Amino acid sequence: MIPPVANPDPTDPILRVGGLTVSFATDRDPVTAIRDVSFDVNPGEILSIVGESGSGKTVSLLSILGLTDPRTTTTSGSVIFKGKRILELPDREMRRIRGREIALISQDPMTALTPVYTIGMQIAEQIRAHQSISRRGARKRAVELLGEVGLPNPSEMVDRFPHQLSGGMRQRAVIAMALSCNPALLVADEPTTALDVTVQAQVLDLLRRLRKDFGSSIILITHDMGVVGEMADRVLVMYAGRVVESGTAEQIFDDPWHPYTWGLLASIPPLRGPRPERLASISGTPPTPANLPPGCAFAPRCRFRFEPCSNPPPRYKDDGHTALCFIPPEDRPRLRATVLGGERSAA
Amino acid sequence: MALTILQRLFQMLFVMFGISVLAFLIFFATPGADPAARIAGRNASPETVAAVRANFGLDRPLPIQYGLMMKRLFVTRDLTSFVNRGQRVIPQVLDAAPITLCLVVGAAFFWLVGGVVLGLLAAALRDSFIDKASMAIALVGVSIPAFWLGEVLNLVSQSRFHDTWLFAWVPALGYKPFWSDPWMWFKTLLIPWISLATLYIGLYGRVLRANLVEAYQEDFIRTARAKGLSPGRVLIKHALRTSLIPFITLFGLDFGALVGGQALLTEVVFGLNGIGRLTYQSLQTLDLPVILATVIYASFFVVMANALVDVVYVLIDPRVRGS
Amino acid sequence: MPLTVETSTSIPLVDAHEIALEPVARQEGPWSRAWAKFRRDRTAVGAGVLLIVIVVASLLAPLYASQIAHTDPFRSGLSARILINGKRVPVMQPSTQGLGLGVTPIGPTWGARYLLGADTQGRDVAARLLYGGRNTLLIAGAATFLCFVFAAILGIVAGFFGGIVDLVISRVLDILWAFPVFLLAISLSIVLISQALVIGPFTIGAGSLALPIVIIGLVYVPYVARPVRGQVLTLKNSEFVLAAIGLGIPRWRILLKDILPNVSTTLIVFIPLMMALNIMTESALSFLSVGVQPPDASWGTIILDGESLLYTRPAVSLAPGLAIVITVLALNLLGDGVRDALDPRSKLRPR
Repeated sequence: MIPPVANPDPTDPILRVGGLTVSFATDRDPVTAIRDVSFDVNPGEILSIVGESGSGKTVSLLSILGLTDPRTTTTSGSVIFKGKRILELPDREMRRIRGREIALISQDPMTALTPVYTIGMQIAEQIRAHQSISRRGARKRAVELLGEVGLPNPSEMVDRFPHQLSGGMRQRAVIAMALSCNPALLVADEPTTALDVTVQAQVLDLLRRLRKDFGSSIILITHDMGVVGEMADRVLVMYAGRVVESGTAEQIFDDPWHPYTWGLLASIPPLRGPRPERLASISGTPPTPANLPPGCAFAPRCRFRFEPCSNPPPRYKDDGHTALCFIPPEDRPRLRATVLGGERSAA
Repeated sequence: MALTILQRLFQMLFVMFGISVLAFLIFFATPGADPAARIAGRNASPETVAAVRANFGLDRPLPIQYGLMMKRLFVTRDLTSFVNRGQRVIPQVLDAAPITLCLVVGAAFFWLVGGVVLGLLAAALRDSFIDKASMAIALVGVSIPAFWLGEVLNLVSQSRFHDTWLFAWVPALGYKPFWSDPWMWFKTLLIPWISLATLYIGLYGRVLRANLVEAYQEDFIRTARAKGLSPGRVLIKHALRTSLIPFITLFGLDFGALVGGQALLTEVVFGLNGIGRLTYQSLQTLDLPVILATVIYASFFVVMANALVDVVYVLIDPRVRGS
Repeated sequence: MPLTVETSTSIPLVDAHEIALEPVARQEGPWSRAWAKFRRDRTAVGAGVLLIVIVVASLLAPLYASQIAHTDPFRSGLSARILINGKRVPVMQPSTQGLGLGVTPIGPTWGARYLLGADTQGRDVAARLLYGGRNTLLIAGAATFLCFVFAAILGIVAGFFGGIVDLVISRVLDILWAFPVFLLAISLSIVLISQALVIGPFTIGAGSLALPIVIIGLVYVPYVARPVRGQVLTLKNSEFVLAAIGLGIPRWRILLKDILPNVSTTLIVFIPLMMALNIMTESALSFLSVGVQPPDASWGTIILDGESLLYTRPAVSLAPGLAIVITVLALNLLGDGVRDALDPRSKLRPR
């Protein structure tokens, strides 16, 4: 039996993730790729998850959706979607949520569509998996959806194969497919990474419009702080499988706490003012899940590490803003100024 | 598109031409022996050899000899055997062709069904005991020479266990035409089909499993699962459908090769008078004109099968269609 | 039966970084890693050991024939008699079936002499099996070697130099590819087996083992050469080779240092599979009497010898067949292991 959870309230978070931990079986010992990740997504909110490649952004979302391989992956923690604990749901019931209530937009539109079917067929397939609707009705709906996501000439596009579309058009088709059942939650895994800059802007516009028109919540995975600044209501910064900082977009941009976040912010080129000699970068590479350092995982790359960093860092909390770091609040502005310059410190 | 077809057609013709030249050179221009003596057969009289020389124009230059040969194979179709005293070769080949086709088409049916079932089963139950066991059996199947398996099946069904209920139905070796008795036709061919298909069931099962496992790493499978489709639908409609493309290529090559002579040993072992057995018997009597004819006809079939694969390709892979 | 290969787009055994950083030591890494991985694969190691046992056993054939079986497996022994349970029994026994005419060779004695029985000429099948193994393995091995030399040269030359050279080689390979393997082998055998072949200074005698070696070695050249060419083409356009060209490194050096090591992985993965295929082909050709010529033995000829005895003395055909199955199975297992160790991402797989 799935333990009952209190009745959902419209203002309650639509998704609550608590203590999510994911580990993979490997040739040797199992490695833990995601450790103790917790966050909420409120209705109509855009939550952005940022981090370098390999920080566990995608894996955590796939495990929420139950799309990891159960033979090699073990997931623990709690994921409550609309008051239902979905990690424990049997596959049959999870399938009813997947695609209908939670939809996924994949990273690379080039490979996200099955090459041998038309996009119309692939959209209609999803609609028909969740609603009893005629083939013709599903097709009509697919044409409408393609129009809604701004694909020109949708009644013709519906019969195109993926390889006949450009990257931007394909991503729109993928988004149309994700929207086909009016999901309450959209999970977009780096939806713009593989696209041209101009197309990126269009796709981001589209996502924003969706939130406005349909009231969908969106989880937006990205490694681009620019995208985060443009889109996010709240931000989750992940590093080496852990949430190192989380807060509202204002908190993260105006008063970032974690040195890793500072590094990410410093890597955005400034739009105004003198161009810096060179952009700041975070030296070194992130650890692999198999050889995490003891204590703070970021410590080896951190300019500000001191003795306590070899121990597991504490989580500072203040008004929904959290960070996993030893640096005491009073030292933050001073240290941060050495990375980001003075003007940004303390909003 | 038209250009592509034309190009493909030209390539086909070129390969056919190349094969005929190669076969011609092997038989007529190998250093060391007189082709006339070879064509005339073992211990032929000097008169026969002289007749062959005149008949095949062997005293004229090689290109003319080649032209004559091709004319007799395809235009006048009056190539004759000297070993079998004037027997027309082409009708013999044409009579044998349906038997080979029956054998290969039936076996192909078995191995396609068997291979797909095996591959799907193993991929769906990946890493389970059934997967490992079926892949091990498949590998054993791949390692058995088809003709020897045929012999073993003969030993079991014709001799050792012929008197038991299990194999009492097995008719004597040899081919029975379909039109005279379809049931008999089926019974005579069933064991040859199994013997020929075993290797390919193993092969195709392994290839398909590997393709499916690979397909499951693809993003579009993740998309399909994220859409909320059932595992069966993801496996069949998305993974299998895309994995079929390399599968079809293999099938075309193997089918062509089997019709073009690879089934020879199975025909010999089961006494089926197809093209392969015809070649084999001609080999025993050193009847060169027959071998030349079967070689060229068979290779043309291979070329044609390969071209057919290209057509099927266009039908199943939309990516080829557009460009 | 042939091998299929979809050459993976890149098999970066040696990638750009390694070239840039450690041009000297770069080969040690991948090879020793592959070896370490292979050693952990118990199935593959077991298959390798089994193959060694098979090779050693067939090499010891003369010892078995002279010391244990006390027989000459190449001379017919129609009038031979052996001692069983204190009684002297003729090797060719009066037939009990049919009219009682003719003779049937003795079945398996499970003793030192005629362990697996005798064939139609009263020869010891067990001893011939070992001798046959020598020929089968020799032919398959030498044909594999020959095939790889030709295929590597043709494939690399065609892929690397491109242009007209590539065009000519590719078309020739197309033709050879479409030529049915058995029919090509039969055609070649039929004109060559009856008399010696003289090519310039070389003479290959009729009935020589060199004939099946050359035939089997040649017919599968396209199966290896085509994927090699494809891989060389991919490598030639890969970034690390383009970078090397950009740096002005001479072409022969690129060929030697960048292309050859990468192609060699493909070739090594192919070796056990090709060897397995060649054993099958050799046995098929010998069974058709266009391979190894009597009185020499190979597993294929012994199956042929046993064909007429199939229902009375099945051991004669079964034993060499089983030997083929076991050897080919071991080669396939070894091939899987080698592929996993050298190139786990490759799409190359046995067919």
